[in-house]
Amino acid sequence: MMAAIVNLNQPAHTVHWHFFTMTVSNVVVIVLMLVVFVLAVLVPFPGSGRKGRPR
Amino acid sequence: MAALPPEKLLPDAQPSYMASWIYVFGVLSLVSLVLIIASGSILTLKGPGWWHFTSVGHFFNSIHLWSVELFFFFLVIHLWGKYWMAAWRGGRARVWMTGAVAFIVAVPCALTGYVSQQNFDAQWISTQAKDGLNAAGVGAFFNVTNFGQMYSYHVLLLPLAVVALVAAHILLVRKHGIVPPFELAPRASAAGLETEGRPVAREDHGSGNGARHGSGTESHPVAESGSPRPGRTT
Repeated sequence: MMAAIVNLNQPAHTVHWHFFTMTVSNVVVIVLMLVVFVLAVLVPFPGSGRKGRPR
Repeated sequence: MAALPPEKLLPDAQPSYMASWIYVFGVLSLVSLVLIIASGSILTLKGPGWWHFTSVGHFFNSIHLWSVELFFFFLVIHLWGKYWMAAWRGGRARVWMTGAVAFIVAVPCALTGYVSQQNFDAQWISTQAKDGLNAAGVGAFFNVTNFGQMYSYHVLLLPLAVVALVAAHILLVRKHGIVPPFELAPRASAAGLETEGRPVAREDHGSGNGARHGSGTESHPVAESGSPRPGRTT
């Protein structure tokens, strides 16, 4: 069986910042969502500039 | 049928401003939901012994888990996008509300799933969650350490609510059409050449109108300068 990419057989790593505490995995997911959201807004949709848009 | 004739229910063209990745994430959420329902139905039929102790059961358990993770990932991006587009404009309050409430109902739907796993993870999550729910005063009615109650919520009540809300959301999108973009300030106005207070046509005003047929947005390709269109109900 293929081993997990990340060793899960240990206590979770956490990020502490004043009152803020969150596991690294959750922070990674949230940052990834923000990055994908920015890309979804900025990356042009294929074919959207082809017709009907005077430049 | 009067509100949703076939050409509006299944249109063969859409407004040009639908060319946005934000709608792709809405559809990806839908695909994830279909996978969740399909894999969850199989898990329900087979039971905890199957999903814990057989390789095929593990596989379907993983499909179910990762579909949920992706469902929330895609749905949050769709929700953020629609929030910043102010998607409730132009008589679309119900479209926005059904989508937002579907997200809110999906959260306890996922929570009841995590506490129904029948493993140490479920025990940990439920004993952590009970403190918060007890502090909120709902622990007596919604007991996360009661497997039978959580499982019933997870496989029947909450999925029914989510599916009903999502179905209503999609039908309302079909009925009202997608929200038009905010009107940008024309370049002439930005350069100080604009006359006082008079609304000016956007550069590509009407270009989207010409590219669509039966889109469900009637004859309004764009909204008025960021203001809602009051009284628009169809």
